Amino acid sequence: MNIMLAIIVGFLFGFVLQKAGAASPAKIIGMLRLTDLHLMKAILLGIGISSLLLFTLLSAGIISGNHLSIKTSYMGVIAGGAILGLGWAMAGFCPGTSLVAAGAGRKDALFFITGGLVGAGIFTLSYGSIQNSWLFDDLGGKATLATTGVEKYSVMLPSLPALWVAGAIAAVFIIIAVLLPASTASSENA
Amino acid sequence: MKFLYKQQWNWKISGLALGLTFLLAVLLVKPIGVSTQFVIFDGIVWNLFSDVVVEDNSSKTGYASPNAYLNKSGGKYASNIANPLNYSFVFVLAMVLGGFVASRMQSNASEADSNNLAVTCDKPDSKRYLTVFFGGVLVLFGARLAGGCTSGHMMSGMMQTSLSGYLFAMGAFAVAVPVAMLMYRRNA
Repeated sequence: MNIMLAIIVGFLFGFVLQKAGAASPAKIIGMLRLTDLHLMKAILLGIGISSLLLFTLLSAGIISGNHLSIKTSYMGVIAGGAILGLGWAMAGFCPGTSLVAAGAGRKDALFFITGGLVGAGIFTLSYGSIQNSWLFDDLGGKATLATTGVEKYSVMLPSLPALWVAGAIAAVFIIIAVLLPASTASSENA
Repeated sequence: MKFLYKQQWNWKISGLALGLTFLLAVLLVKPIGVSTQFVIFDGIVWNLFSDVVVEDNSSKTGYASPNAYLNKSGGKYASNIANPLNYSFVFVLAMVLGGFVASRMQSNASEADSNNLAVTCDKPDSKRYLTVFFGGVLVLFGARLAGGCTSGHMMSGMMQTSLSGYLFAMGAFAVAVPVAMLMYRRNA
């Protein structure tokens, strides 16, 4: 059953990323150069909608928090994000979109995936020697801004209703998504 | 259902579809994540050549590894390497299939060749392949250091209002935006 769900949701995710243009390095790099904001608008809208619906369902008690999974905050989240950002800008792929692009027949995605397997391998081999370094210094543990109702996750804004917090953030994301221009190319050429 | 055959959706449909997919994943199973599976794939290959994963009844998952990373969290990764037919690994394989079908489902067949876009990074040459290869090394090393990638940290994380998601997005965009601007200065 779980494997069937993996196939269905994985297929759907790959399909959506391809149709959204996220598997195109030109679209990614256009977003990062702030010249083609199509993907930025789509991503902000996507996060806003999913967050709003998720916390609506949580607050209404329709779903429980045990399907959530909050990652730990530590120095390496920022440092790793920065290293990822460098490679992301160079290649125009992230791990997920490279797989989708490979499925869509892009040859350069295969070079990215090969590099990715090397990078993941280097990390796997080096983890033992860096696991006690500053890179894993705590920055708040498994924390969320809005209450999830799951005890093991700490809450940064515990006194406010979860739906207000998540809803306000979602509203900001959605408003930015609507207001951002799809393309800034014309102003650049002027 | 005509929109399924469009080459690319507009930002509203794209955003709505992305949002609903991430929500569906949480409702049915768990938040979407991808980058861990690069480690699992490495481990599966590595395990063919040497015993990097061993059965160990004292560990939480029943598996352990002499490698500190694969042995982490009660041998969680070691266990996934020993049993590749698990949700997360099959999920990323299905993503490849989703990309394939989506790229074939286009009303205008000539649009299918995305390699023809008049953009530097879409005109593959050996320099592009080398750049992409090293980009891949950095992206997956960074993702594993951070404990997640664009899917797991940025989308799934911020969706749950996880502090880690905002920290990750900050780090990633702070570097990616200036680097992309410098590297691809001429209309890419």
